[in-house]
Amino acid sequence: MMDHALLRVAFAGPHISLQDLGRPGHMRFGVPASGPMDRSAFQAANLALGNPADLPGIEISLGGLSLTCEAGSVTLAVAGGGFIVDAGHRRAGSWAAVTIAAGETLTVCPGPWGSWAYLCVKGVLDGTQWLGSRATHSTSGMGGRTLKTGDVLTVSDARSLPALDRRFACPIWARRRQILRCVMGPQDRFFSTETQHSLRSQTFHVSDAYDRMGVRLNGPLLPPSNALGIPSEPILRGSVQVSGEGRPTILMADHQTTGGYPKVATILDCDLDGFAQCRPRDPVRFQPVSALQAISIARSASAARRAYFSSLILSTAERLNS
Amino acid sequence: MTNRPPSVEHPLFRPVGERAVLVEFAEEITEDAHRAVLALDDALSQQPFVGFCEAVPAFVNLLVIFDPFVTDHARVQSHLKALLKADTIARRPGRQHTVDVCYDGPDLEKVAALTGLTQHEVISRHMAGSYSVYLYGFAPGYAYLGGVVPELRINRKEAPVRGVPAGSVMIAGAQCLLTTLTMPSGWWVIGRSATRVLTEDETRPFLFDVGDRVSFRSIPPNALRGPR
Repeated sequence: MMDHALLRVAFAGPHISLQDLGRPGHMRFGVPASGPMDRSAFQAANLALGNPADLPGIEISLGGLSLTCEAGSVTLAVAGGGFIVDAGHRRAGSWAAVTIAAGETLTVCPGPWGSWAYLCVKGVLDGTQWLGSRATHSTSGMGGRTLKTGDVLTVSDARSLPALDRRFACPIWARRRQILRCVMGPQDRFFSTETQHSLRSQTFHVSDAYDRMGVRLNGPLLPPSNALGIPSEPILRGSVQVSGEGRPTILMADHQTTGGYPKVATILDCDLDGFAQCRPRDPVRFQPVSALQAISIARSASAARRAYFSSLILSTAERLNS
Repeated sequence: MTNRPPSVEHPLFRPVGERAVLVEFAEEITEDAHRAVLALDDALSQQPFVGFCEAVPAFVNLLVIFDPFVTDHARVQSHLKALLKADTIARRPGRQHTVDVCYDGPDLEKVAALTGLTQHEVISRHMAGSYSVYLYGFAPGYAYLGGVVPELRINRKEAPVRGVPAGSVMIAGAQCLLTTLTMPSGWWVIGRSATRVLTEDETRPFLFDVGDRVSFRSIPPNALRGPR
């Protein structure tokens, strides 16, 4: 029995890369954590196969991905958004595990909703390790790998386990999130009372300026005052950075680590995975909460995720043992 | 939240989302404020609190990231206040680095014209500066070095130039940068170096730490070794 499978990239849209749970701890050297735009969906795809949650998998953009199995066979799982999965003429949505064999093609393309889907395999995908992680940092190309049409992926220790083939639940909290809970600041003082009121009360829309570094929003302008000379300050994933003319950008997985634009608010980490699944023109609103409320929201969101992941681990183990 | 301005003696603590505190020592760049950032960063690395994730030093503030499932803003803030009160923690001295530069950058002539110096004077003034690593930013391994002498301080270009290669030595304002990647930049490229800030050494992946000191030494083109 073969212990590896070969997957040829028959088609890859732009911005498709290898990711794992990222490399936190190097922001002081200009390196953001990277990792999946939707970390919850990524982990679900691994756990549905009985993998460790942080095994490298493929992040698929709205461009879509098509892989042809050229040798061996392997079970894989797709999670995140509402993508369409076509595996050797079996059709499913994302949140499904399927086994493909030599000669079969797997296609993942955008469906009714969502911007990112994750393809994890029962086996090990190759990619460059950098600072302890195989996540791709998109702007520098450091770590991991970017997938292009014609590439060949080797899955080592590939396992074909049709017992795992099934659909699994997309939990409510993994749907796209359009109410963004945030803590005001740290540079909210550069924004007038009226401007801060606009942030709280108006509707914004996701623009086409959308990548792994950040997502720019259209909508009312939030012009900062006297903020042109502020010294470069540290940035967090989820920072709402506002340009001189007042356009907000929400910083995401591959964000710069410092920047001189004022940050009017910081979105809670637990709302970022769902926000990443919004598409251009989707409306979003901000909902400021206190720092104390933010902590209790984060803790209960984490409890919900843990409960879902535990039941996914359990149901996967049952299928493997039966 | 108070509206008084921050100071080195009385920094402000600003919550950042559910998972960080920004300690701010000043609103404008001063040597004292940056020293205070480095001192607190150093003290924190020697005496971290339970739930500490990482700290990011910048010019006048330090971002302290914590695990919100273990601790909260108030507890982190009181730990940081205790560190600020305790003057007993000895600062670790930063390292001194010497970087070899071949001063044949494409913008050398323009920098000479803008500063009213000869190209030789630009080079000697650049080497005369005493630089220290203020912060990293922009891209992995981009260490901002403060300490460009006043005669060489010029505003960045009106528009960024694409494809500035890795290993470029470039200046803008009071700052100098040794690039690690091929990226667009609006800074003035005066030389190139074989020194790599991203070292590919797993035990010390970044050449500089914030607070280290750097000096530059001129070498001829044929002495430039390493990846181009």
